[in-house]
Amino acid sequence: MPLDTTFAALADPTRLAILNRLALGEATVNELAAPFAISQPAISRHIKVLEDAGLILRRTHGTHRPCRLAPQALDPMQAWLRQMRDAMEQNYQRLDALLAETDPAKDPS
Amino acid sequence: MTVQMTRTGPASVTFTRIFAAPPARVWAAHMDPALLRQWLAGGGDMIMPVCENDARPGGQLRYEWHNPATGHGFHVTGTFELIDPPHRAVHTEIMHLSDPMPELRVDSRFQAHGSGTRLTMTMTAADAAALEQVIAAGLTETDHMDAGYDRLETALSAPA
Repeated sequence: MPLDTTFAALADPTRLAILNRLALGEATVNELAAPFAISQPAISRHIKVLEDAGLILRRTHGTHRPCRLAPQALDPMQAWLRQMRDAMEQNYQRLDALLAETDPAKDPS
Repeated sequence: MTVQMTRTGPASVTFTRIFAAPPARVWAAHMDPALLRQWLAGGGDMIMPVCENDARPGGQLRYEWHNPATGHGFHVTGTFELIDPPHRAVHTEIMHLSDPMPELRVDSRFQAHGSGTRLTMTMTAADAAALEQVIAAGLTETDHMDAGYDRLETALSAPA
């Protein structure tokens, strides 16, 4: 799943709240909609976005299709944070070099 | 020595890094625009045409990056809230991509660590969604990751 699809899915407070709820365990659409002052169709659209992004899985149970968090759903975010950390590290290695070359102890001039 | 990253809250990320120089010098490298430019500008294709850093309460910062080859670039603006040299600086910043990103509050602490310095920098957004938005935009819109890897390649190819 492209990371930008994942992040687009995450960049919404309602969808983040849905994921937070699902982190506690499987839930039906009705259960997911309960805390929100928005319509069930609107919640269903959010769920569709999360499902399309591979962040949640759904199964059929009678007339319900309960949702659960996909395993490793948030790995792409962790991967991106690692990339950000690596990029910062490259900056900091340049800073290391700068600090070394201007070190008064090594360069008494 | 490498930078450590911890998700310290729903809306915050903390970076920690040790430097082999005392706090006063690490502080100067973060506050003096001429020094900042030397390590923030990076290698690769990104240049830093503007690096302003008025490090006093209420002072403004403005960092601009530009890639002449692609014409792409972005900039960061911010305001210092607290300056306590060489221990702590707090500023707010906004990354300007296609659109301005949600504001981040950046709390940087410079603590003596043996003969060196431990930098602890916590970035906090208004809420989790705002932080995710900053992260997501950084992923899709900036090419500073490429610049970072270019710098890595340069570092790896440089004589020891």
